[in-house]
Amino acid sequence: MDLLAKLQGIADRHQRMMSMGVNAIGITNDRIISPTRAMIEGRETILAGTNNYMGITFDPDCIEAGKRALEEFGTGTTGSRIANGSFSLHVELEQEFARFLDRKHCIVFTTGYQANLGMMSGLAGPRDTIYLDADSHSSIYDGCTLSGAKLVRFRHNDAADLDRRLTRGEGDEGGKLVVLEGIYSMMGDRAPLADFVEVKKKHGFQLLCDEAHSFGVLGPHGRGLADEAGLEDDVDFVVGTFSKSVGAIGGFGAGNHPLFEYLRYAMRPYMFTASSSPASIATSLAAIRKLAAEPQRRTRLRDNSARLFHGFRQLGLDLGCDQVSPVIAVKCKDEPSTIAMWNALLRSGVYVNIALPPGTPNKLCLLRCSVSAAHSDADIDRIIELFGTVVAQGHGQTAANV
Amino acid sequence: MTATVEQICTLLEPFNSNGTTLSARTDISSDLNIDSVTVMDFVMEVEDHFDIEIPLNLLSETRTIGDLAQVVEARTKKG
Repeated sequence: MDLLAKLQGIADRHQRMMSMGVNAIGITNDRIISPTRAMIEGRETILAGTNNYMGITFDPDCIEAGKRALEEFGTGTTGSRIANGSFSLHVELEQEFARFLDRKHCIVFTTGYQANLGMMSGLAGPRDTIYLDADSHSSIYDGCTLSGAKLVRFRHNDAADLDRRLTRGEGDEGGKLVVLEGIYSMMGDRAPLADFVEVKKKHGFQLLCDEAHSFGVLGPHGRGLADEAGLEDDVDFVVGTFSKSVGAIGGFGAGNHPLFEYLRYAMRPYMFTASSSPASIATSLAAIRKLAAEPQRRTRLRDNSARLFHGFRQLGLDLGCDQVSPVIAVKCKDEPSTIAMWNALLRSGVYVNIALPPGTPNKLCLLRCSVSAAHSDADIDRIIELFGTVVAQGHGQTAANV
Repeated sequence: MTATVEQICTLLEPFNSNGTTLSARTDISSDLNIDSVTVMDFVMEVEDHFDIEIPLNLLSETRTIGDLAQVVEARTKKG
């Protein structure tokens, strides 16, 4: 039997998408002009789906730091962190992140995806249980699978449901890890952290919060949801990524546990891959210093997010959550109309993400926007105007072939 | 049809959008054409209905309604 025969269903679904316009799940940016502009299909396009929350990707100091690292350390590390791939840059970045996060220890990974693979599999083993939120990112699911731990899924953002499931598992031996996210990537909603901390007091488990979308964004120090909620002491482990607010690529895990550093020798996704390239580490280092020194970026992001959120509300759009968030998802009727509207938006000069099941919760079809501190008021207003014509008035729902 | 299979079939109805006839031999994912996330959502309903824990680790080997009924019966006895 042909191994690839099972991809026929995907091929058919992709063909249907292509017959309605361009490849919505593999669009090519021909040139990136700025954190909020690219040339796509020959048009200058407003980018409103890049997770570039701090708009830091073209910061002159970050670019300069990257260039210097290329010259001083070369193009790649050609090795893993436990062999020849630890440069002074990696160590410096870990120290800088630990300082920013106000945690004793920080370990840097080559990608954010690997940070979750590494942390889940390093923290939990076959005798342990991981309780994960139903809407967790795929990297969390995959890390959980890699760990070999017993996996129990609880209802999204439902602390009472977690409580019930922990009660069912009361007789279990082994450790218990509960995994939450600061901001959920598809719907933009936050975990109700205080409720989960109450459950933690009752049952006693170790708590990990993935701040991928909230790091740099939430809290008085930009450390994420736990910072915003004032509950950092109750969160044992933090995971995050460099590919959003930090504008590079890589990820981190951090915590205060006295044995934390030894995770380095227990996480296969950390041990058996080459470390991040010098340029990426150097730009991350410059970026984290910027984020610490320039809290106005967070304020600007919050203002921009509020402007888009309220604009969409006024249009009567059905949104992913009822709280201002840099992730603003618009719920759509079905897959064909979502694809058509996505194409109409792109042709009008705005790129957003299309998100379809099973990549979304509850089989939703979404046009997902992410806001940047680098968006101007005029950018946000243009996005609102286009969603008004294409989505709210329905002009883009069937007009994709025109 | 055992009582467990019957109850599972009832719980599965809301996910059975193309009206497939359900039996112990129905493959939950491929016969009903539902994706992996929806299968997990359905299993959560089963967990709550029977007040048991069905870890995700078991799902790769739980393909049919009959397989799931066996898991449910084994886990209800245990409790």
